[in-house]
Amino acid sequence: MTREELQAQLPELAPGSTFEEGGEWLNMNVDVSLWKNFSHALKFTLSLDFDYLFCLTCVDWKTHLTMVYHFTSTTHRHHLVVKIKLDRTTPQVESVAEIWRTAEFHEREVFELFGVEFINHPDLRKLILPDDWEGFPLRKDYEDPINMIKL
Amino acid sequence: MLEEVATTEQGDLVINIGPQHPATHGVLHLVITLNGETIKKVEPHLGYIHRSIEKMCESLSYRQFIYVTSRMDYLSSHINNHGCAMLVEKAMQIEVPQRAQYIRVIMDELTRLASHQLWWGAMAMDIGAFTPFFLAFREREMINEIMEETCGARLTMNYMVPGGVMFELHPNFCKKVKDFIVHFRSKIDEYDELLTGNIIFQNRMKNIGVLSKEDAISFGCSGPTARASGVECDIRKLYPYEVYSQVQFKEILATEGDSFARYKVRLLEMRESMNIIEQLIDNIPEGEFQAKTKAVLKLPKGEFYSRIETARGEFGVYVVSEGGTTPYRIKFRSPGFSNLSALDHMVRGQKLGDMVAIMGTLDLVIPDIDR
Repeated sequence: MTREELQAQLPELAPGSTFEEGGEWLNMNVDVSLWKNFSHALKFTLSLDFDYLFCLTCVDWKTHLTMVYHFTSTTHRHHLVVKIKLDRTTPQVESVAEIWRTAEFHEREVFELFGVEFINHPDLRKLILPDDWEGFPLRKDYEDPINMIKL
Repeated sequence: MLEEVATTEQGDLVINIGPQHPATHGVLHLVITLNGETIKKVEPHLGYIHRSIEKMCESLSYRQFIYVTSRMDYLSSHINNHGCAMLVEKAMQIEVPQRAQYIRVIMDELTRLASHQLWWGAMAMDIGAFTPFFLAFREREMINEIMEETCGARLTMNYMVPGGVMFELHPNFCKKVKDFIVHFRSKIDEYDELLTGNIIFQNRMKNIGVLSKEDAISFGCSGPTARASGVECDIRKLYPYEVYSQVQFKEILATEGDSFARYKVRLLEMRESMNIIEQLIDNIPEGEFQAKTKAVLKLPKGEFYSRIETARGEFGVYVVSEGGTTPYRIKFRSPGFSNLSALDHMVRGQKLGDMVAIMGTLDLVIPDIDR
């Protein structure tokens, strides 16, 4: 599907979503409460068939966190970027590890580096950092005088 | 071979491989639950070489952050640099001169050859054949010498800069590359004779670690790992960059998805890389090797993503820019991280000895996974 066709069809699946202008691919802002059903629809609607999650990450905007999912379809070759705004004090979002299994590792990485809790994740533990690590290193207000990562 | 042994109540055996173990080719720590000799579960523990490159890049300028990426997948450092340079060019709409595009593609393919050669030797060594390791390094040395003359480095080249390449090619470059291709064409047949047809080798590889097409897509696998399962995912073909749209080459696909398919795909890819280099090396156009750019690069406000095909798969750079001289947030989508996540699925039900062969064909580079 072209960008315009996606833009016409997707709001039916996630009412109230907004689209961002510009960008290489279609950027869609989805409300966190809709994500569980919408993620299912993205994968299992035949005309969409977003089966390849090639990038999953998070951005700290100081006032809130934003989850960013990059999808593509190996059959239709169209792209979509989904963004979900999360509360910064208790960030919670539905896990998609059941749908795209690559998300299992990516979500564990976001969990320890940003402190986002993924609901219904099969195995939400620290992946990279030691188990007793405190704080979330990729957040903007993270300070660690011993392990300096700022230059 | 096994560093630590501990039993659990159910009669299962939990063993640790790594973090210091020759078969993991780096500091990867695997906790394996065994029942007899059959693997029930593999849990990778990462982070032994995590340098938080993404955080580091937030305080580096758009010229500096490219050099850090050489330290991620150190066997594809050219291609990592290239991906980052492409991102800056895409965001700032810098036109790269034709000459630089040709040089970049030749360098990328030489890097892919060197990386696949090292993989071939190391993978054969993992399953007990020692000679291939020396043969592969013999040929790889020729590539390293070519790189050293032009880039001044053998591993972390840092040759790609926004707008083109850093230096002019060494005068010997074209001749040496052509000599190398002639030499390697005969040697790769030797590789095939030595290993591919070997019945012991085939028995170790065939029907081992099967990854179906659906699983390869679901796990986000890319590169030869996914192509061996029949997924068309070559970024050079799907979204051609630089001069890849002008050269003739095949995207190597296999359908079996087992270790032997991954082995075959990489060997055939080496031949395709040589074809690409041969098409380009005589036709490098004259002209500038670098576009004129400002000393301080400022990316416009927005989000940018660039994708490139490294020797291991799809390398993605995602940059969120606030319009300044440093990225607000940068994310490296490394191929090894996603490929590793499929390991647990592939080895379940297999024998412990086969796990090393499966890991060998995944071609993992640990700094690429840990970043």
